[in-house]
Amino acid sequence: MSATPLLELRGIDKSFGPVQVLRDVAFTAHPGEVTALVGDNGAGKSTLVKCISGIYPTDAGEFLFDGRPVSINSPRDAAALGIEVVYQDLALCDNLDIVQNMFLGREKRSGIVLDEPTMEQMAAETLAGLSVRTVKSLRQHVSSLSGGQRQTVAIAKAVLWNSKLVILDEPTAALGVAQTAQVLELVRRLADNGLAVVLISHNMNDVFAVSDRIAALYLGQMVAQVKTTDITHSQVVELITAGRSGGLGLAGEPGSNGTGAAPADTTPGAVR
Amino acid sequence: MTATVVKKEGPAGVAPAPTVGNHVNNYWRRVRGGDIGALPAVIMLLVLAVGFSIARPSFFTAGNLANLFTQGAAVTLIAMGLVFVLLLGEIDLSAGFASGVCAAILANVVTVLGYPWYVAVLAAVVTGVVIGTVLGLLVAKVGIPSFVVTLAGFLAFQGVVLTLMDEGANIAVRDDTLVAIANRNLSPALGWALAALAVAGYAAVQLLRHRNRSARGLLTDPIAVVAARIGGLAVILGLAVYVLNLERSRNVLVVSLKGVPIVVPIIAVLLVVWTFVLQRTSYGRHIYAVGGNAEAARRAGISVDRIRISVFVICSGMAAIGGIVAASRANSVDPNTGGSNVLLYAVGAAVIGGTSLFGGKGRVLDAVLGGAVVAVIDNGMGLMGYSSGVKFVVTGVVLLAAATIDALSRRRAAATGVR
Repeated sequence: MSATPLLELRGIDKSFGPVQVLRDVAFTAHPGEVTALVGDNGAGKSTLVKCISGIYPTDAGEFLFDGRPVSINSPRDAAALGIEVVYQDLALCDNLDIVQNMFLGREKRSGIVLDEPTMEQMAAETLAGLSVRTVKSLRQHVSSLSGGQRQTVAIAKAVLWNSKLVILDEPTAALGVAQTAQVLELVRRLADNGLAVVLISHNMNDVFAVSDRIAALYLGQMVAQVKTTDITHSQVVELITAGRSGGLGLAGEPGSNGTGAAPADTTPGAVR
Repeated sequence: MTATVVKKEGPAGVAPAPTVGNHVNNYWRRVRGGDIGALPAVIMLLVLAVGFSIARPSFFTAGNLANLFTQGAAVTLIAMGLVFVLLLGEIDLSAGFASGVCAAILANVVTVLGYPWYVAVLAAVVTGVVIGTVLGLLVAKVGIPSFVVTLAGFLAFQGVVLTLMDEGANIAVRDDTLVAIANRNLSPALGWALAALAVAGYAAVQLLRHRNRSARGLLTDPIAVVAARIGGLAVILGLAVYVLNLERSRNVLVVSLKGVPIVVPIIAVLLVVWTFVLQRTSYGRHIYAVGGNAEAARRAGISVDRIRISVFVICSGMAAIGGIVAASRANSVDPNTGGSNVLLYAVGAAVIGGTSLFGGKGRVLDAVLGGAVVAVIDNGMGLMGYSSGVKFVVTGVVLLAAATIDALSRRRAAATGVR
């Protein structure tokens, strides 16, 4: 656990027209740790991820990567920094095999010819590095894989590029019990290999099973970012649903915490 | 990342080195799982060839075999281009008349304007490329379904051909080089040399890949399977060249007629080139990716629009080449060149060969195999003396059967997870 976070966001604001989706959000992700990003539907989790990955520009706020200020204006910038996102709907091509999917859009070539042996070797090494032993052949089509195996391929694809930060959007949402365990184990292993992992999840069991820190979003505000060991299950649920729990989270009265000096009738809560 | 250093237990997914036996087993399992590829076309071809040979002994003669190639050439070439469009799950209904337009341009340039043959060929191919670019832009940038765009093209190009032909006259093509494409043959020696070159090239590619992969410790097909593939190609090419080199003139004293038709190596070269593009370049890989999951391709940084436009360009460009061959075979271009059944035969050829109408699955070789099936039906039923009415019905039924096999195998593949 290093002292400087790999990614640090400060004071991120983001609006879509009149709707402010993120207000003054602070967020950190540390190398070697799994940071769970939790929050109810519409809390701004996906927006935050899209800001980090460069899909949306932010209105205000600063990005620090490895302690240095950076600006991320496009997915390309994010990829260049080593930020990879595994989206919920995986984005794999069923009609291509595992190797082809892992290198899609970034194929290794010698001259104009695809360098299949190199790609296959790199894919095999990456999967071996993640201790993945569930796939039978690297040359089988993705359509023949189970949900857990697909998730594994999608994650391996993100890891292949020497990425430093991997963001996983609901990786276990569509999986059965055994496959969920398999994927969570892989998530843990990513962090153990030294990567910073951000895990978006609705499932408290998953969150407590693998995460080192929990960051809770409530209606566009980061209400708490704490160590998983310092918080209980029910406290997290309270943070997600009410924005505060005991001494954690928003202060009692809206507007009195100094961040959003907004009258009660224009808080996002009232908008909804 | 230190991940790759930590664990060293060999590449993931190492299966036992495959033997010939389980190579065959794997293939059979894929077929049963719905990944049938070109199998129906090959079986159909064999059944039809045997059936027609029994019913009409004249079917299985060197003369008729040479006829088959020249008859099927134009449709096969158009089908090869259509495979690219079909791989994206799109359709090009205008390919037939696009070939007609290009043939009309060819005839006008070479006969009416009197330019040399290569200028005419260039003009025809450029016309095809322009047509494809327009169609592709309308589909990709404007967002009109390809079915509608190319249906409009189908009607409009028909009119363009009529206009270019001065409302219905035909234009003769008498340039020696152009006429030779579909009407002359290679010398027997050259036929053998090209066949040997093809086998040697194929063997070199296969063996190099085998050596390269096993040197890196990757899974390889057993050497026996590789050898069988090379041997198979050698036998097929050898037989074809031998039969085509037989004397097939009715009266040898008047004119000697033997050798591989010139159009055959043209198709073979295009087959190799396009197969290389699809299987060995990242452009080809991106075509499959867009056909399989356009959204995934977009997120991987692939310019989906550019791929979409490019396949229409390839399709219309190949249609132009098909049109040139058709003009060569007929020695003329008339308002119906590329019309009537040409487009449906071409789509049928691609689908019968195993290219999916749903996108993401298909090879250029499919077009050649399917084109052979279509040509054999057309030719064989002609020899049997059936009317064109019956021929159309049978071809339609075969196309429907191929599309049914495609849909069913897709369903089966979805159920078994093999594809």
